[in-house]
Amino acid sequence: MKIGTPKEVLEGENRVAMTPESALQLQKLGHSCAIEAGAGARAGFTDAAYEAAGVEVIKTAAALWKDCDIIAKVRVPTETELKRLREGQTLISFFNPAGNEAGLEMAAKKGATVIAMEMVPRISRAQKMDALSSMANIAGYRAVIEAANNFDRFFTRQITAAGKVPPAKVLVVGAGVAGLAAIGTATSLGAITYAFDVRPEVAEQVESMGAQFVYLDFEEDLEDGSASGGYAKPSSPEFREAQLAKFRELAPEVDIVITTALIPNREAPELWTEDMVKSMKRGSVIVDLAAEKGGNCKLTVKDEKIVTDNGVTIIGYTDFPSRMATQASSLYATNIRHMLTDLTPEKDGVIVHDMEDDVIRGATVTHKGEITWPPPPPKVAAIAAQKPKEKPKELTPEEKRAQEVAAFKAQTKRQVTLLAVGAALVLGVGLVAPASFMQHFIVFLLSVFVGFSVIWNVSHSLHTPLMAITNAISSIIILGALVQIGSSSTLITLMAALAVFMAAINIFGGFLVTRRMLAMFQKS
Amino acid sequence: MDFGFTIAAYAVAAVLFILSLGGLSGQESAKRAIWYGIVGMTIAVLATLMGPGQGLWLLSLVLIGLGAAVGYQLATRVQMTQMPELVAIMHSLVGLAAVFVGFNADIELGRVAAAFAGANLPYPQPETMTAAAAEFAKGFSGFAAIIAKKTAVEVTILRVELVLGIWIGAVTFTGSVIAYGKLAGKVNSAAKKLPGGHMLNAGAAALSLLFAAMYLGGAGSWTLVLLTLLAFFIGYHLIMGIGGADMPVVVSMLNSYSGWAAAAIGFSLGNDLLIVVGALVGSSGAILSYIMCKAMNRQFVSVILGGFGGAQGPAAEIEGEQIAIDAEGVASALNEADSVIIVPGYGMAVAQAQGAVSELTQKLRARGKTVRFAIHPVAGRLPGHMNVLLAEAKVPYDIVLEMDEINEDFPDTDVVIVIGSNDIVNPAAQDDPNSPIAGMPVLEVWKAKQVIVSKRGQGTGYSGIENPLFYKENTRMFYGDAKASVSSLLPLIE
Repeated sequence: MKIGTPKEVLEGENRVAMTPESALQLQKLGHSCAIEAGAGARAGFTDAAYEAAGVEVIKTAAALWKDCDIIAKVRVPTETELKRLREGQTLISFFNPAGNEAGLEMAAKKGATVIAMEMVPRISRAQKMDALSSMANIAGYRAVIEAANNFDRFFTRQITAAGKVPPAKVLVVGAGVAGLAAIGTATSLGAITYAFDVRPEVAEQVESMGAQFVYLDFEEDLEDGSASGGYAKPSSPEFREAQLAKFRELAPEVDIVITTALIPNREAPELWTEDMVKSMKRGSVIVDLAAEKGGNCKLTVKDEKIVTDNGVTIIGYTDFPSRMATQASSLYATNIRHMLTDLTPEKDGVIVHDMEDDVIRGATVTHKGEITWPPPPPKVAAIAAQKPKEKPKELTPEEKRAQEVAAFKAQTKRQVTLLAVGAALVLGVGLVAPASFMQHFIVFLLSVFVGFSVIWNVSHSLHTPLMAITNAISSIIILGALVQIGSSSTLITLMAALAVFMAAINIFGGFLVTRRMLAMFQKS
Repeated sequence: MDFGFTIAAYAVAAVLFILSLGGLSGQESAKRAIWYGIVGMTIAVLATLMGPGQGLWLLSLVLIGLGAAVGYQLATRVQMTQMPELVAIMHSLVGLAAVFVGFNADIELGRVAAAFAGANLPYPQPETMTAAAAEFAKGFSGFAAIIAKKTAVEVTILRVELVLGIWIGAVTFTGSVIAYGKLAGKVNSAAKKLPGGHMLNAGAAALSLLFAAMYLGGAGSWTLVLLTLLAFFIGYHLIMGIGGADMPVVVSMLNSYSGWAAAAIGFSLGNDLLIVVGALVGSSGAILSYIMCKAMNRQFVSVILGGFGGAQGPAAEIEGEQIAIDAEGVASALNEADSVIIVPGYGMAVAQAQGAVSELTQKLRARGKTVRFAIHPVAGRLPGHMNVLLAEAKVPYDIVLEMDEINEDFPDTDVVIVIGSNDIVNPAAQDDPNSPIAGMPVLEVWKAKQVIVSKRGQGTGYSGIENPLFYKENTRMFYGDAKASVSSLLPLIE
């Protein structure tokens, strides 16, 4: 089959859906490739580079659309482009099926198959063709770069001869792919980064990127994003209030806010209200990655950068990936290539459009003259449901105090009981035993007591030396043998001599070995 | 020299011994503590040699010298990995010495009684000693002189103490020998019992009690011999019945026994230093056993009575398979990791891998990675076993952490390397109420991003319990001898 990529017609779109590199890979699948002249120019790929990779360069878009069986492009096709579709042709592109009914009908009428890249389901197998993620990754990175560009201070904390620089504080709202990319970029620039998301299960991911997760004091069962394929869902009004209250608290502190909150097929939720913008410091920057869907901040102007009266810059660009066209094109082209790999199972250049396959079925919006959108839910659940991370419960000082008191009482009770029982036992012994025995007995009791008190403090790592040393010390039995060795009975002398010998082995062996061990312990 | 001087020397020695044990609370002060112990022991021995009742001090010195030579050989030749065996076998010496000393006391008692009978004087002494008896008693020297003055009650108490000392000493002796055999691999480490099990032990104990009563009733020394034989049997059978995994507890328990034996002998000899030190050692061993039982969530009694017990119902079935990994895979995981925790176990000791592990640690640390060691309280065959081995291999002790200090850090760790440990990282202890080790605190290694288990083969290790960790999705099995495995990683770390 012949795969062709036209030049993007939308003003300001720099990306291209095929790179020389991806073309090489596509040819390995048995396809041939074509590209409209100058299509890759703005992304940094010359026609010569394409030709070198064995791609046919076609002069006009019309000729390309006519000539190719599969059209791969980036932006939602315009009406003109849709008119060029013909029966049996496959179009792979972003399509926005939810807001593009006319386009769907037109494509269906033409009998073309349309694969919408944003409809690729979020399952592990399909990650390699998930263009939303790869573009969001770029958007998140670029958002921080744009913010830094408009922010007149360092991100990182510095202490220099010329004075101390405080670190910038960045708040990322929405920890999806873009949010996480933004967090990673902001932290690696040295900013103190906070992040918020309605899905509590992402707290771990947020923390793994080096940001602090902003927890809400909210009792309701928080929603679980895994049910909707990892995307966020609209939240309850109470939750929203709690969330806004938290943001209001943070607004005067943070220097940079990056909002990425999008709910699939809905207008972006308003999360950063006007009064929050007003309470921000002069020179602060807001980057609204949701500008395309109305923005998370209502002051955002789509595709523009504005400065409010109190000196807050609000960036509403929607073309972050296009601003990094080379990177974005190579990632997008790779996504397209992976899609075609799945469509060409035999690697023989023949497209098999398997509507039983979750990924292909999910992404296909028109097929054989019919609109196949919205797709049925995938057969495989995308992500396992996760338990929300439980926040450790903080005890109030009173509760802590009460606990301490209770513990103290229990301990006192136990100690007193033990003492009473012990004392009774000792007194009992004292009633029958003669004084000469009791003298030794007192020594014995005190020693046991000292032993218990002393040993509790021995550090765990020294337990082996402790055993070796107690072993050495226990050969004090030698004293008994030494006292007896002078006896006039040969038998006693013999046995005592043996005992002395054995105990001596133990003394020297024990102490030497302990010394050897202790000498090895050293600090780094 | 005067008796008072000896007592004073004993007091000094006792203080030194207490300081010596107390000094083990930290690595640095421990180095000083050992000298306290040595000086204390020297003072005690010298004071006894010079004290009253001592003859043949030349012979004594020669014997001590011989013992020193043997002890020196033992201590300098022993591998650090064989430390548990050494400690166990040395306990047996103390036990046997206690038995000898106890018998001597009995013989001496008989001799004194016979001498009094020969002189037609009453023995034991009545409440008020007759002048003639006092005069006669002066004829004895040393230990015999103390015995000669005893009244009937005191003689009975002396005999009780003797019996206790001999009995405990005998149990310690055979028990330690068996423990040594098990640790050294000379005796099968599995828990074994003769038919009859605990009943046999109980029967032997009851018989011992009977003989003890007969001995106290004046039945003669043969009861003491039989009692000793019974105690030998109990020591043997008790320790045979305890599985290898419980050996740390056993060794420290025997340590405790040897202390109590010394204390009992101290009572019968009327020697306060023996009592003090015996009590110190006895209580320290008891505490150590207690700490370890707590670490394994086991009842002390159930450990002593042997084997694992209390498992109800079948253990949960384990699904999945063990996935192997090669040295390249492990090395690349380590190269990518920022934080690494190494969990060593007995397998590391057996393979003598601590040197290689230390080198690996150095290489990883030199590359700016956080490397730490997590030590379970009962890792190895002796309390603190792993710490000693790692110290020997020059792993700095401040990166060697205890279970409680490090258990919370596993979720933030990239790679955990488990080297030759099994039960202490077994998630079944938390998940499976039917597991024989249910409830035992374990290192939660499976919470790390990746776990690499270095292990000889697919066997179940010392306690014979299946380990679900090996089947977890984030676990990779790195088969082979621990030392060879770790060494093969070294050139691949970059």
